[in-house]
Amino acid sequence: MSGLSFALAGAVLFALALHAVFARHHLLRKIIACNVAASGVFMILVGMSSGGSDGRADAVPQALVLTGIVISVSLTAFLLSLLRRLASGGGAARLPEDER
Amino acid sequence: MSPALLLPGLILPLVAAPVSFLLGRRALPWLPWLVALMVAGCLCGLAAPLLSEGELFLHLGNWEPPLGLRWRFDGLVWGMIAATTLVCLAVAVYADGYVPNRGRRGRWLGFWPVLFFLWGALNSLFLAGDIFNIYVTLELVSLAAVALVTLDGRPQALAAGMRYLLLALVGSLCYLLGIALLYASFGVLDAALLAERLQPGMTASLAMALLGVGLFLKTALFPVHGWLPAAHGEAPAPASALLSSLVVMGSLYVLLRLWLELFGAVLTPGLRQFVAVLGAAAVLWGSWLAMCQRRLKLVVAYSTVAQLGYPLLMVPLLETSGAAAAWSGGFYLLLSHALAKASMFLVAGVLLHAQGHDRIFQSRGFAGRYPMSVFAFGLAALTLLALPPSGGFIGKWLLLEASFGSGQWWWGLVLLLGGLLAAGYVFRVLVPIFGDAGHRHLEAVPLRMELAALSLAVGSVVLGLVAGAPVRALQAVVLP
Repeated sequence: MSGLSFALAGAVLFALALHAVFARHHLLRKIIACNVAASGVFMILVGMSSGGSDGRADAVPQALVLTGIVISVSLTAFLLSLLRRLASGGGAARLPEDER
Repeated sequence: MSPALLLPGLILPLVAAPVSFLLGRRALPWLPWLVALMVAGCLCGLAAPLLSEGELFLHLGNWEPPLGLRWRFDGLVWGMIAATTLVCLAVAVYADGYVPNRGRRGRWLGFWPVLFFLWGALNSLFLAGDIFNIYVTLELVSLAAVALVTLDGRPQALAAGMRYLLLALVGSLCYLLGIALLYASFGVLDAALLAERLQPGMTASLAMALLGVGLFLKTALFPVHGWLPAAHGEAPAPASALLSSLVVMGSLYVLLRLWLELFGAVLTPGLRQFVAVLGAAAVLWGSWLAMCQRRLKLVVAYSTVAQLGYPLLMVPLLETSGAAAAWSGGFYLLLSHALAKASMFLVAGVLLHAQGHDRIFQSRGFAGRYPMSVFAFGLAALTLLALPPSGGFIGKWLLLEASFGSGQWWWGLVLLLGGLLAAGYVFRVLVPIFGDAGHRHLEAVPLRMELAALSLAVGSVVLGLVAGAPVRALQAVVLP
């Protein structure tokens, strides 16, 4: 049963973070929201992997989560360095359409 | 020796990326040629076994599916990798002569490692045979694509890259969620096994929608095309050529293949019509916006939005008697578009190089000074207009045949109207550049840049002249 609750919590996290990516204007908040959304997806994957019929966890979703974390960390690093360049180039930490 | 052992040769560009990073200037101009020749050699070696066997598999590390990963190679993948190789080589030759706006050659050297990285990532995307491997390679492609957009470091380019990366990230998270659902219900990741086990139902529909939303975002299909013109318009010209031809082709290929092969039973006739309506909207709206632009790069970028709509039109036609024609026509259009669009962006780069801006109505006399580039632009435009003898004509002809032959004539009308609108934006560009130059000063442009643009444009026409064998090879791919 705990697997299902993990998956549900993950789905809620994903939905909240997806809202934040589009509703928040500051880029740092958008980047954090992307990370939260990714964690939501990972929680769903981990939740599915626990509690097979024989009580042992399925290793494949865990391997997927591990790969996903590596990708998410490297994309976040790229986003943050873009953000720094954008902010230090005189611009604000916002996209032009979100100004005001 | 099993012919599948040649497959790893196709991702050699991934090895070339760090090599070109370490060698810098010394890797030019030979490294792109060497890599392209090796990839082309592997493709030639694979052609004969492909014709006899139809489909090749390579089990990575000798692990069998469902646990192991495997690569799948068929006629369609062959075509995609061949087009990628041709475009990447031409762009590499072109970029050697290209000087970015601010003239900072030092930073421009960063272009080649990213080019090789993108090339290798695309080839591995086409080879990937399971849905998680596709996710990983899609991320590699997005990373390289965003790096290309932001390469010259102007604030507008950084903002466009940032928007692109955020949307691509949202798209890939949706895709990953779709994978999670599929694995939870059917227990496999391998695409071929999944196609056998998939049962229509709530989970399958939801997973299909999630994969679709993710890939629509990444491909910039209508109605989520907003980020594409800014990103492709702000990137340096050689980078725009790669983005607008290959990157979008990669994700559209994945979308069509996954949807049609895995979810054939889930896609109801109504849903198929809806997908094609989105494609038709992309064609009409994208062409209209292309006609309203004042900068050449934006015209070409909006025309990408329009052209990406055509392959979606094959989705409803695949259930009819014209399935084979629709399938091969849609993908043939995608391949010819890649060559033609890359050539058009390279010409836009020549224009920028020569006069420092790409405003159409201040480009008088460009044709007089650079006839070869303008000829390339015209040849490439044949594919967008779908005039014979171009590859675009063959693709559209097949789609038209499928649409009128199956009684769904309304998609044929969209195809014809799209061609007319394309004529509108192409001639809107051609008329001013044939004007009288007066005393305008135009900078000299290295010959290799013009030759690279011309060779891709000629390639898109050759696809129309020798269409028989490639179209048969596409139709030999197992139809979903």
